[in-house]
Amino acid sequence: MKAIDAPVAATREFRAAPREGSPVLAVLQRDLLLAMRRKGEVLTALFFFVIVSSLFPLGIGPEPALLRKIGPGVLWVGALLATMLGLQRMFASDHADGTLEQMVLSSAPLPLLVAGKIAAHWLVCGLPVVLLAPVLGLQFDLDAASLATLTLGLLIGTPVLSLLGAIGAALTLGVRGGGALLSLLVLPLYIPTLIFGAGAVQAQLSGLDPGGHLSLLGALLALSLFIAPWATTAALRISLE
Amino acid sequence: MLSAHHLSCVRGHRPLFSGLAFRVEPGSWTQVRGANGSGKTSLLRLLAGLARPDEGEVRWHGAAIGGEDFRRALMYLGHGAAVKEDLTASENLGFAAGAEGATLSRERAAEALARFGLAGREDLPVRHLSAGQKRRVLLARTLTRPAQLWILDEPFTALDGKAVEVLAQLVAGHVAGGGMAVLTSHQPIPLPGGQVVEL
Amino acid sequence: MSSPFFRFASPVRFYPMAGKLIPWFWMAASVFGLVGLYVGFMVAPTDATQGDGYRIIFLHVPASWMSMFIYVVMAGWAAAGLAFHTRLSSMVALALAPTGALMAFLSLWTGALWGKPMWGTWWVWDARLTSELILLFLYLGFLALHAAIDEPKRADRAAAVLALVGVVNVPIIYFSVKWWNTLHQGSSVSLTKAPAMAQTMLWGMLLMALCFWMYSIAAGLTRLRAIILEREAQASWVLQLPEAA
Repeated sequence: MKAIDAPVAATREFRAAPREGSPVLAVLQRDLLLAMRRKGEVLTALFFFVIVSSLFPLGIGPEPALLRKIGPGVLWVGALLATMLGLQRMFASDHADGTLEQMVLSSAPLPLLVAGKIAAHWLVCGLPVVLLAPVLGLQFDLDAASLATLTLGLLIGTPVLSLLGAIGAALTLGVRGGGALLSLLVLPLYIPTLIFGAGAVQAQLSGLDPGGHLSLLGALLALSLFIAPWATTAALRISLE
Repeated sequence: MLSAHHLSCVRGHRPLFSGLAFRVEPGSWTQVRGANGSGKTSLLRLLAGLARPDEGEVRWHGAAIGGEDFRRALMYLGHGAAVKEDLTASENLGFAAGAEGATLSRERAAEALARFGLAGREDLPVRHLSAGQKRRVLLARTLTRPAQLWILDEPFTALDGKAVEVLAQLVAGHVAGGGMAVLTSHQPIPLPGGQVVEL
Repeated sequence: MSSPFFRFASPVRFYPMAGKLIPWFWMAASVFGLVGLYVGFMVAPTDATQGDGYRIIFLHVPASWMSMFIYVVMAGWAAAGLAFHTRLSSMVALALAPTGALMAFLSLWTGALWGKPMWGTWWVWDARLTSELILLFLYLGFLALHAAIDEPKRADRAAAVLALVGVVNVPIIYFSVKWWNTLHQGSSVSLTKAPAMAQTMLWGMLLMALCFWMYSIAAGLTRLRAIILEREAQASWVLQLPEAA
């Protein structure tokens, strides 16, 4: 170990250059890097989505007409459950090793940092679901237009799931029975997204215009973008008290 | 100047401390002393603004704490290592800076880590470092981020003699340069002067 | 802070005052209840299409109203506790939640009892019943979160955030369920398509609503006193109470 005798006043030379980057991007990058190094956890949620979607035809029967009817709902519920599996991870490990406290005390506004974490969660848990859904939709004999509606709906809806789920994850940080409790808290909030998302595909299947459903999903997204960072920030502060 | 007024803290039904009042002036440091479980960590968290006191308040330059100015002037190091085990030491420092909108070059991160005896280890995932080394990664942050007020919870834990010296010199220099520090420690703190707050 | 509101904002003063008020609310609830049930079951005419079975709405509808009303009030008190850091406000929210959940459960149960003789099924995916079910989940979530957190202050504040998020979501959930229900027009069954309201029917429902309201206040205050005793168990004023002996 060298440099024990170097004058301590030299701390000034080590200071980071201020105010050049974006806190949101830094947090996003960090979480993505962490997810890359723990690929196993990420892929588990994805496999869960695949398996759950396959369970329903096995449990109900393979008639194409029936499958087409239940397909949108099953895929949406699968997406919901897969997103929920990844929710606990959002803040739990940061809470455990103390980096969450550092984030709360950071000079950047906490809602921004939280937004970065939620974005990372969506990229890791939500986007793969969106990309995988059309493939799984083929299992349910959905036609191209319906698959497109399904994918578009999931593209708009999965961020909502990440946003609302973040609130639940923040509230249940370090609490007993975390996973099950989180589901109880968050699933009722997911219901409107489920209704509009699955409804859009069903409308498409009936030959109606899914635009109304998709716009409502968009409205949900806008509303949750507005509310979730703040509610999550408040919940994090409460959990750290 | 950090000032505490009539602070009281209750955990469950037990009052940890009450009516606590003291100030930390620029250019001075304060040690918080007390038995295990007496609330030292709770007090430090109150001072940092992580928790709200049940009664009383903490003020920074006369105004309530918690604002952006206060957080920018604060460096808080808690019990945990506050490093991500899956990232390397220099990545940890880089992201910690990035989360505040600052950029830290690899060279500077490496220099700061070298000061704490981690030269050559900055590209290892932190998981592979010993407990003391993990602590030192966090302490290297004090070099990369200017802060007027340092609140350090058991900073000397798990450090060997040389690292303790480096840290002590750092704190002494910080205080001599007009900074403030609040520390807890189970070991005697090798720093001159300083007031003591007993819990 | 000498206004009457703040004077009673401390548990010490609130406790005895609540104790004096509770019997009055029980009395009011009984009176409204008796009159309301009389009107509902004796006075209101037999419905042309649904016979006498419809009378369950005198319990079902007021219970629904109260379950939603209590949720909003609960969220309001929770918000006050968050904003002003007043302990009593959070305790009021916690005291109201079980009663609200009971109302939601009652609404569901009476809805099922109505559905069975009318349409032959115990459950109908009607917009209101489904929303009521989700509201019950929101209540249970509030109670579960509160119970899972040991530290009372953190429990209060976390549950308060949940209640506020819930209160914003309740209209959205109701709207989405209504939308969903109109799309799947499988059945012409709807509990919301209540029989055309005769004057007396309306009176009956209002009286029962008042009964449930008075009951909720009485039950809430009783529970609140218990919570105060539990939280302030170490305080000197509690140890001096006759109950503590």
